[in-house]
Amino acid sequence: MTDITPEQLAKQADVERIKDASNYLRGTLSKSLQDTLTGALAEDDTQLCKYHGIYQQDDRDLRDERRRQKLEPRYQFMVRIRMPGGVCTPTQWLEVDRIANIWCNNSIRLTSRQTVQLHGIVKRNLKKTIAEINAALLSTIAACGDVNRNVMCNPNPQQSRLHAEVYEYTRRISEHLTPRTTAYHEIWLDEELLSSSRQDEEPIYGKRYLPRKFKIAVAIPPSNDVDIFANDLGFIAIAEGDHLLGFNVTAGGGLSMTHGEPETYPRLADVIGYCPKNKTLQVAEEIVKIQRDFGDRSHRKHARFKYTIEDRGIDWLKFELNQRLGWNMEPPRTFVFEHSGDRYGWAEGANDTWHYTLFVQNGRIFDTEVHPMMTGLREIARVHDGDFRLTANQNLMIGQVSSKRKPVIDELLEKYQLSSSGHQTALRLNSMACVAFPTCGLAMAESERYFPSLLDKLDKIVKQAGLADDPILIRMTGCPNGCARSVLAEIGFIGKAPGKYNLYLGGGFYGQRLNKLYRENIGEEQILAELTPILQRYAREREPGQRFGDFVIKAGYVREVSAGRDFHT
Amino acid sequence: MQILLPERSQTPLNDDQYHLLQQFFSTLSPEQAAWVGGYVTGRVAKDLPSLPSAADIADITILVGSQTGNGEALAEQLHSLAAGRGLKTVVKKMGDYKPQQLKAEKNLLVIVSTYGEGEPPDNAKELVDYLFSKRAPTLQQMHFAVLGLGDSGYEFFCKTGIDFDHRLEELGATRIHPRVDCDVDYESSAEAWMDAVLNVLSLRLEANSQTAEPASPSVASSSVYSRKHPFPALLLENIVLNGRGSLKETHHLEFSLEGSGLAYEPGDVLGVYPTNAPDVIDALLQTLHFAGTEWVTLDDNKEGFLYDALFRHYEITAITRPVMQKYALLAGNQKLDQLLQNKQKLNDYLYGREIIDLITDFPIGQLSPQAFIGCLRKLPPRLYSIASSLKQHPDEVHITVAAVRYQAHGRERKGVGSTFLAERIDENAAIPIYIDHNNNFKLPVDPATPIIMIGPGTGIAPFRAFIEEREAVGAPGKNWLFFGDQHFETDFLYQAEWLRYLKNGVLTRMDVAFSRDQQQKIYVQHRMAEHGKELYAWLQEGAHVYVCGDAKCMANDVHQELLNIVAAESGTDNAEDYVANLQKTKRYQRDVY
Ligand code: SRM
Ligand SMILES: Cc1cc2nc3c(=O)[nH]c(=O)nc-3n(C[C@H](O)[C@H](O)[C@H](O)COP(=O)(O)OP(=O)(O)OC[C@H]3O[C@@H](n4cnc5c(N)ncnc54)[C@H](O)[C@@H]3O)c2cc1C
Ligand SMILES: Cc1cc2nc3c(=O)[nH]c(=O)nc-3n(C[C@H](O)[C@H](O)[C@H](O)COP(=O)(O)O)c2cc1C
Ligand code: SF4
Repeated sequence: MTDITPEQLAKQADVERIKDASNYLRGTLSKSLQDTLTGALAEDDTQLCKYHGIYQQDDRDLRDERRRQKLEPRYQFMVRIRMPGGVCTPTQWLEVDRIANIWCNNSIRLTSRQTVQLHGIVKRNLKKTIAEINAALLSTIAACGDVNRNVMCNPNPQQSRLHAEVYEYTRRISEHLTPRTTAYHEIWLDEELLSSSRQDEEPIYGKRYLPRKFKIAVAIPPSNDVDIFANDLGFIAIAEGDHLLGFNVTAGGGLSMTHGEPETYPRLADVIGYCPKNKTLQVAEEIVKIQRDFGDRSHRKHARFKYTIEDRGIDWLKFELNQRLGWNMEPPRTFVFEHSGDRYGWAEGANDTWHYTLFVQNGRIFDTEVHPMMTGLREIARVHDGDFRLTANQNLMIGQVSSKRKPVIDELLEKYQLSSSGHQTALRLNSMACVAFPTCGLAMAESERYFPSLLDKLDKIVKQAGLADDPILIRMTGCPNGCARSVLAEIGFIGKAPGKYNLYLGGGFYGQRLNKLYRENIGEEQILAELTPILQRYAREREPGQRFGDFVIKAGYVREVSAGRDFHT
Repeated sequence: MQILLPERSQTPLNDDQYHLLQQFFSTLSPEQAAWVGGYVTGRVAKDLPSLPSAADIADITILVGSQTGNGEALAEQLHSLAAGRGLKTVVKKMGDYKPQQLKAEKNLLVIVSTYGEGEPPDNAKELVDYLFSKRAPTLQQMHFAVLGLGDSGYEFFCKTGIDFDHRLEELGATRIHPRVDCDVDYESSAEAWMDAVLNVLSLRLEANSQTAEPASPSVASSSVYSRKHPFPALLLENIVLNGRGSLKETHHLEFSLEGSGLAYEPGDVLGVYPTNAPDVIDALLQTLHFAGTEWVTLDDNKEGFLYDALFRHYEITAITRPVMQKYALLAGNQKLDQLLQNKQKLNDYLYGREIIDLITDFPIGQLSPQAFIGCLRKLPPRLYSIASSLKQHPDEVHITVAAVRYQAHGRERKGVGSTFLAERIDENAAIPIYIDHNNNFKLPVDPATPIIMIGPGTGIAPFRAFIEEREAVGAPGKNWLFFGDQHFETDFLYQAEWLRYLKNGVLTRMDVAFSRDQQQKIYVQHRMAEHGKELYAWLQEGAHVYVCGDAKCMANDVHQELLNIVAAESGTDNAEDYVANLQKTKRYQRDVY
């Protein structure tokens, strides 16, 4: 892309200045790492480290306490591993597990985008940690930052052959859109990839990368577990039986908003057309370039692709895209989504392999007296010869288990009481919460740490109502950024202040519809008081097969949201 | 007026001077003459001329070797007591004293404390070396007496005083009064000694009344409060500086000096009178089968309940040798007596043991409360380096206290003073404190002089005061701070403040060593080594070096490293002299404990 004048740059968001001056994401990171007097990075570097898959955080539980103690905040780092389609080998799992227990807070966090997050790394151990992750043939590059993030793909076990091919495309999209800068290898792996003469180049991104984060997902109907419509760019697999033909392309999804700023709103992606599979990478690249060139670089809150499209219209996008492609996208093919949740337990795949999907509450893997899940999975990884697949709902699939290994895995699942999904309500099994406190710097209310106890109480209510086995999508996020896709839930909670949440109702069961604000700024007592009668009535009055999200609209609790623009109205 | 001068031959003056002086005197009024006399002797007392000559020698020289100022205070006291009796004395600090001058001293009163493991105070080392060297002169002409300051809690009690006493005699000087070794509660015994020596001297020298001498320099605070009359201070703040998960417990305490008139300078020390922990007292009473309500007479002839005596008056934990000896006399226990015979065995026994262990291991049939406290020594005040500057915190004094807690011989132990400060001060209780002026740990007079501060652990305390002071006065001098502790995340004392000083430039640079954040232990001296070149460059620029904190290991390791660096960087083999000279010129000062 063309360079801009300092005057123009001055008008833009500060992050743009930082990127521009960073020499392809180097900044002063190396120097920051050597400063032994603080656990933090230089201010600008706290932006740049994201492109390396690293977030600077601090333990918010200790903030006030440490200020009084005349200590700086308890700075620590979170790293996000790039894991296309969420697939990794048992060996890689064992490495992540080891690293989590040596350098991190003894837990592994499966994310809502099929990656792994490790928390609590202190600065002096950061470089080691990144190096060891790479030694395990994993990477953290571009897991965050204004670039394409981890590409999601449904771990569809029922059709392994199709999945294998779609997964291959997922990997290649991820590959193709990975930044080319050598800064990562220089800073973290001490690899000098640049001869002094050569300069870095970013053929797709340019030196200021994208105006904002960019997210891509690939879905294999009938499952929409990846919540394709929440993504900036989506590919819906169109297949004949087990044979992939191409993809319907979706564009302009994004869920985040800011309390009290109605000009910010969640938006679901539009299906803009169909492309044969051999054009997939070209389409992906051109759409990214369109956002690169037209995205709003002066207001970060208005920089996501969804606003670029809202401002210019979907037809403009199609036109611009066809122009750049040099050929015209075909009209979308028909497809059907049925659900966006996970199916737990054993499922048989092709050529006598099996897959076990394990419920992981809020994606947090750690050991407790009662549930030594981390240990259990370690033991499984030691004997497992297939793969691990992270789901987009923060759960874990033990994939490709040969039928003769199956009993061994079963034994371990039993031994470490991992197969607990059986005794859970369908409500809990369809729940998600974001990380929030104590690590997330943006959290306004608890989420991951609080949600389970709220669910305990809701469990009682649904059991009494006889809904124990009825799946209802319920999600909580600690702020309106919506990391656990709370605005897509049938019951959504969005944090406003400690102990206070906005309650949203009416999301679509397979991710096809945003929910709507029902009650504002309420605490647990009122949450239960509001939900109990609605759930009881749903149990009594629902039509056969009617989803909770559809019911609350039909029953008039909330109006249907047909477009993001109308989310607040 | 007419002043009769002695024969010219008996003066150090040449003819011309002698006659000039005669003429000059003839012009003086009695007042003027008195003033001149006083002024001249005063100046002489202050700054020495290069070589001794009869005229410089006052009748009596008070030679003081002091680290934390107790000795200096006593020297001042002695000086004015003498003046009161019309005796001409000059106070001289061993650090400023030309050893060659000993030959000329007629009456020498030595007041000296002991440091480290029986070492002289820093500023006395040179004199001691000289005294014990072959170059030491014979001192037939000299009459002397020695007052030793010390702490019977240490193995080598008042060793430096003892050494002076023996050596001066060995060199032919005459002892006019037996040496007195003062423990931490030194006032009364010191005063007794002063009276005695002054009596003897008054007889020896025919008292010539008029002398108006200016006190020799030393920060004398205008306050009515002192070690003897401590100020009851309110506690304003008590913060634990160590973050969660730390193995350390370091407290930052702030006291109010409002209305005390107390003043201090960075480098001074705060004295605190603690009380003993109730649970410790109870345990003791139980083992002794005392009630605590027994009526006893204290060593200062006041009377009171036993419990109260044990609460605020006596040291009831640390075992000192005198305590043990007194107890042994009552016990009449062979094993105990044997123990006292064998130094090694005794030390082994004492390590980690307290009085409660002593009375458990060597019980006495019917020991009366009175007899028991007869064995004890007064609870000495605890000293804490002041961590604040009055200029930034008017009417306040801050300290940094490491709570001493440890396990020994099956008992949980806790330091009296540190845990008193850490956990036994309740809201608006008034804590008896005083200021201990330490002239041997002071910022350079010239604010432009660079300083290097080495203070791991609580050794950081005075440097917080230094930096606050230098910021307050806008001192242009560069400041380099070395700090170390166990863990970066939890033990970086005052980190937020240092980061601020680095940002605003008051702190030029800082290097830290956290011993337990990696496999191999790293300490401040290692950081010094890493930057030896710069450190030496700073020294060459005239930087002052300050070391504060642990005396057992740190101070020596740092000293060694300083020698290494100088040796390496100067490329000569006189590092010893170089550093010794730093010490002598007060460019290398230590406050170690
Ligand atoms: C871990 C994860 C939530 C989880 O519980 O799984 C997560 C966690 C965070 N998200 Fe997110 N986001 C995660 C998925 C999402 C999603 C859901 C999705 O992508 O399907 C969204 C909504 C979809 C979207 O992007 O519109 C999401 C929208 C955000 C936003 C708002 C972006 C925007 O357009 O304004 C932020 C804040 C920002 O970027 O400024 C954010 C920022 C963050 C940060 C990094 C907070 C920060 O910027 O300092 C959170 C780290 C918390 C912590 O301590 O770990 N996260 N974040 C998910 C990691 C995904 C991954 O592996 O890459
Ligand atoms: C000039 C000066 C400045 C000082 N500045 C400071 C300062 O800034 N901050 C600070 O915290 N202290 C400072 N100190 C030390 C302080 O005065 C006290 O000595 C310290 O607080 C301990 O006193 P205490 O009454 O708590 O312990 P005490 O009751 O005196 O007991 C201490 C004794 O316990 C024994 N002991 C301690 N630990 C162990 C162990 N692990 N095993 C076996 N025996 C053990 C030792 O015999 C030790 O002498 C300074 C001392 C001096 C002389
Ligand atoms: C670190 C340190 C070490 C000491 N070592 C000894 C010692 O070995 N023997 C001793 O008798 N007194 C020792 N003392 C006690 C001092 O000599 C005593 O406090 C004396 O009153 C100090 O007098 P000054 O202030 O004039 O230096 C030591 C004191 C400190 C702070
Ligand atoms: S939704 Fe908000 S609180 Fe939760 S993880 Fe994302 S940014 Fe943090």
